[in-house]
This record gives sequence, structure tokens and C-alpha cells, in this order.
Amino acid sequence: MTLFWILGVLLVASAVFVISQRKPVYSVVGLLFHFAVLAVFFLTLNAEFLAVIQIVIYSGATLILFVFVIALLSSGVAPFSVGPNRMPKAAIPAGLIAFVALALVVYGILRAPLVNAPRAATTSIPGAVGAPNVFGSVADFGKALFTTHLLPFEMTAFILMVAVIGVVALAGETTPFVPSLRRARIIEREMREALLRGGEE
Amino acid sequence: MSWLLVLIKSALLLFVVITTFAYAMLFERKIMGWMQLRPGPNRVGPWGLLQPAADAVKMLFKEDLTPSTADPLIYKLAPFISLVSAFGAYAIIPWSEPRPGDIWSIGNVNAGILFIFALTAIGVYGVSLGGWASGSKYPLLGSVRATAQMISYELAMTMSVIGVLIVAGTTSLAGIVHAQQRIWFVIPQLIGFAIYFVTAVAETNRAPFDLVEADAELVAGFHTEYSGLRFGLFFIAEYVNMLTVSCVATLLFFGGWNAPFGWTFIPGIVWFILKVLFFIFCYIWLRATMPRFRYDRLMAFGWKVLLPVATLNLIATAVVVAVKG
Amino acid sequence: MKNGVPRGRMRKHLYNVGALFRGLATVFGFMFMRKPTIGYPSVKKQHAPRFHGLHELRRYGDGKERCIGCELCAIACPANAITVIGAENTPSDRRSPGERYAARYEIDELRCIFCGMCEEACPTDAIVLTPRFEMSDYRRGSFIYAKDRLLVPPEAGVGTPPDERPGGIPADLGEVAEIKSTTDIDKGYSATYRGQILKTQRRGLAG
Repeated sequence: MTLFWILGVLLVASAVFVISQRKPVYSVVGLLFHFAVLAVFFLTLNAEFLAVIQIVIYSGATLILFVFVIALLSSGVAPFSVGPNRMPKAAIPAGLIAFVALALVVYGILRAPLVNAPRAATTSIPGAVGAPNVFGSVADFGKALFTTHLLPFEMTAFILMVAVIGVVALAGETTPFVPSLRRARIIEREMREALLRGGEE
Repeated sequence: MSWLLVLIKSALLLFVVITTFAYAMLFERKIMGWMQLRPGPNRVGPWGLLQPAADAVKMLFKEDLTPSTADPLIYKLAPFISLVSAFGAYAIIPWSEPRPGDIWSIGNVNAGILFIFALTAIGVYGVSLGGWASGSKYPLLGSVRATAQMISYELAMTMSVIGVLIVAGTTSLAGIVHAQQRIWFVIPQLIGFAIYFVTAVAETNRAPFDLVEADAELVAGFHTEYSGLRFGLFFIAEYVNMLTVSCVATLLFFGGWNAPFGWTFIPGIVWFILKVLFFIFCYIWLRATMPRFRYDRLMAFGWKVLLPVATLNLIATAVVVAVKG
Repeated sequence: MKNGVPRGRMRKHLYNVGALFRGLATVFGFMFMRKPTIGYPSVKKQHAPRFHGLHELRRYGDGKERCIGCELCAIACPANAITVIGAENTPSDRRSPGERYAARYEIDELRCIFCGMCEEACPTDAIVLTPRFEMSDYRRGSFIYAKDRLLVPPEAGVGTPPDERPGGIPADLGEVAEIKSTTDIDKGYSATYRGQILKTQRRGLAG
């Protein structure tokens, strides 16, 4: 139980750290820490496979791309620029929605068995984890994923696909300039002539 | 009191791994020297055996500089990320047959091999954040390369390992070794082993895949600006990672502590150490032989050769196992 | 076959993979070869007998200094490294066979380019470059070698001084050249030893 509270506080603190930093790289480091704590959280719940996958996928693949982009754009040093403030208009409805959502979450947490009762859910990693047919083992996880929960699993994959397409559609809003072959030849000739002229001068 | 036992085991293991690192470094310099017709370090102690100690003292007393353009916090954090993720893997590597009561590893994790992959994934941050935080152009290039290279080769590496997992039917490292009592997986999974070996060299940033450091063009890459003990930490992490991939190769493909030809009179741990030594020798041998890859060829090789071959190997293994079982 | 590389895409790939392993085998073989390295501080490489190293001021067989303080070496020196201040010999204090001797003779070895011009300019073969090369030190001042370090001890003198020689002053160049190669034999310099080292070197390289 103490472990739960320590981890919980760390988790929330690191999440706040992520969104409160002005430097993107600090946010990334905060997020990395957040994922690590989350993985430990899963471990305390015997969800060993989930913990490892959490690190492999989110830290190993997703977050590293953030670092990559930050490093490439070299925007890591400069703080986020302040955009136009759209808060005043949306302040009241946004606040309301956030409050209701938070209230629901708190209600849910309080109702959940996690806090109220069973110690079993928050026990530390017992020796039996290594054995098969234990809750959270890789084999059981895989079996559940591909039999009982096959439909949600495939649905998630589909939703992710939709998200990818959505991103492409949003980001690629303006069609890039792709000249036709004839137009390209004209451009090339013009450029060459311009170069030649430059050479004469 | 089990946590005390784990603590003692961890301390012992840390000592063993650091000593092994020190002598792996000497071993590398010796072997490289011999392969280049030199005697290698031989001045400190008999046959240069005290060289690691001399190096450590030198490293400790060097000035620890932080460039003025660096981001101080992340600059100081990066070597620790590298080191911790490098050492973490040893928590679950089983050195010998786990007997009831005493176990040769600190933790027997069910998702063993995945745990190692997770730590490797975190290890990338040490390199990429360290390069970025140095605030200078060569380290930045090195870190961008590191990120791209590690993501690319991690895919092929995982694919090549999944073949072994399918054959063994478990992700626990001890379980995988048990499954190899009859035949080492290097024989049925020869392609998988070849791909694992190549990608492991790339993952540990060693020659011929050491584009991250590339002395010739990037002046030591991501750790150009590091000096003294902070550089030492990166250095340790690199060698410890090499040890880790050697251990994993031994566990997954060369039967771990299983004795070949039924020579069980030699204890399992000796076999394990011999096999790991063999792999370390191979890495040094490669470094002494191969010239560095060109960057675009490295990427093309990873995505266009290793990944498709690894995927095909995986599919073939799955089909064979499905038909047989 | 072009340059030994077979034609055909697949065969070329196989050839390249084979080349990879051939390279590994070559490097593996190198590991067991004899190493041509000379373990320097413990084993010293013997330089050629006429190697241009640290200078030395010679004496005649009877212990008189060869240097007559003519300053020709200082004039010949392209680096202006030599300072000579001569003084007159007196019947009571006779240092050299001639009229004059070098009261001060200093060489700044940091300026010296070891060209050997002083050696050639010297009419009495007094200044000679030896094969000694280990003269590192921590202070710049200690590289100015004066007579106390340049002059050989009296018992190391060779040759007959010209004033005792019947019939004037014949050149004894050949004699000095011979002396030069053997003078340091006590410290391990010998012409034959050098030959041995070179032989092992060749064996090491050829395997």
C-alpha cells in the first residue's frame, strides 16, 4: 500500500513535470521517468508483460522519436513560443468539462477495489511470477489477447491505423509541389540559363 | 530477509561485472594489439595486468568539464541513464543452472528476454540525450545517428530473437536454456543467430557499426565533450553492453550453461563464461578486421536486408513449429 | 571474372561474403605472428653508427682536448646553436695541442637540428655527433650542454696529437669515424646488435 502511494505521487508529479516544462527535452526526460514509474506500477500489479511492453513500445519506440525530432529540429534549446491565447473564450466550458471528468475519475477510483480492499492486487512480485499459468504471465497474456480479447485487440489496431491516416491527412493538408515532367524540364532549363548568366557576370 | 539476499547478490554482481568490464577492456586492447602486430599494453604490472587500474585512476583524476553551451542537467544525467540501463540487464541473466534454494541470478523474470530489450531501449536515451545536451555539433550528429541506428536495428534484432522464443515456447531465459538441452538453437535458428549477431554489434555501437562514435568524421560522436569520470561511465556502459549481448547470445543460441558433447564434469558456469568469452573475442576480432560502414549503407542494410530476412526466418520458424506441434 | 570477382549478381554476393571471412582469417593469423615491436625502455634500438644524436667533444690519446677554439663549428651551424669562447694556452696550463683552446663550449640542443655541419667543419675532429638520443628533461635550461657534459673523460681520448706526430698534421678522419661507432660500446651500442634486431623484424613481418 505504501508502495502504491509512493508510486502514485511520483507518477502524478512526473506527469505534471512533463506539461509544466518550457524546454521540450525536459518534458521528454520527464515522460521517460513517467513511463518507468508506470512500468513499476504494472509490476506491482503482477502485470509483468505489460510493464516490459510499456517500456519497449513507449520508451523504446515512441519517445525516442520525440528525441530524434527535437535533436533534428534543434528546437530543444529554445522554449516553446507562446501562441495566441484562446483561453478566455473556452475557459468556462473547458473548466467545466475538466471538472466533471476529474470528478468521474475520482469517483471511479474510490469505487475501485484497488483502494478499498484486496491486498492481493497490490502485493509485491511474488516468486510465483516466474511460473506459467500465473496471472500476468506472458503465456496467459498472449492467450487472452488472441482468444477472449481478440476483437478488442484487432479493434485497437484498426483505431491506431485510423489515427495514422488521420495524422497524414492533417499534416499533409497542403499538397506538395510536384511538377509534371514537362514543367520540370522547363524549370531545369531556366535554372541552367540563370546559372550560365551568373557565370558570365 | 529475501531483500537482503537480493542486495548482497546485486553488490557481488556489480563487483563482478565491473571487474569483467575492466579486463574485457584489457583483453580487447591485447587482442587488437596482437592482430595489428603489436604487443598491446604491457607496461603496468606483469603482461599489463594492472592497466585497468591505471586507467581507472587516470579517469578519476581527470578534469570534469561541462561546455558552456551544454544543458547542464541533461548533460549530467545522460551517462547515468546509459550506465543504469547497461547494468540492469544483469539482474535477470542466469549464470548457471538455477537450483531450488539458491539461484544464480538475482531475479527470474518470466518475460526475461523482453526485459533486456526494454533496458536496451532505455539505454538509447543515454547516447541520444548526452549527444544533444553537449550543445555542440558533432555530438548532436552522433546522437541523431545513434537514435536512427538503434531504432532500425532493434527491429531486426527483436525479429531474430522471436524465432528462438517460438522454438523454446517461453520468454524466460532459464526456460530457453532448458529447451536447449538436446540441441543448441544455433543449429535450427542459424539465420536468426547470424542476424542477432550482426544487429547486436550495431546495437552496442561497435565497429564496424560504430557510426555513432566514428572517430574519423565525428570525433568520437556523442561523447566528444565528455571527459573524466562522465566519459568513463559511457565507456563502462559500452563494454557492459557488449558483455550483455554476448551473454544473451550464449543464452539464446549457444545453450547457456549446457555443456557440449556431454562434458558435464566441467561445471555449467565455466561453460557459460567460456562461451561469453568466445563472443567477446568475436566482437574484438570484427573490430580489428572490418572498416566502418557508410551511413546510408548501414540504413539500407538494416532495413532492406536484415529486417526482411529476419521476418522470413520468423515466418518459416512459425510455420515449421505449427506443422510439427 | 574481372579482378578475380565472379560475374553474376548472386555469385558476386557470395564472393563478397567469402571475402569477409577471408579477411577475418587473415587477421586471425596475424595474431600469432611475431611482433616487430621493440620494447623500448628495456630493449634499445641500435641506431646506425653515424646516426646524428647528442654531441661529444673528443680528446687525444694523451688526454688533451682536440678543440682548438677556432669557432668554425659555430660559424657553420645553421641554427646558431653553438657558442665557443676561446682562450690562449699557456705553457703551464696546456689544454690542447694548438695555440688556443675552448674556454667555453656550449650547445643549445633545443636549437640544434642535428645536421652534422659542425662535425664537418671541425678541422681537428673535436666535435662529433654520437648515436645517443635520450636527452629529455623537464627544464629548458638543462638543454644547454656545456663542456662539463660534452667533453669525454681523459681516458676516452684517441689518436696521437699532431704536435707529437712526426711530419706535421696528417688528417685522421678515417680513424675518428671508426671511433665514433664503437666509443659507446659499454652502454650497449654496437653495430652488430643492430643487425640482429632488423633480422627479427623481417621475420616477424613475413610470418
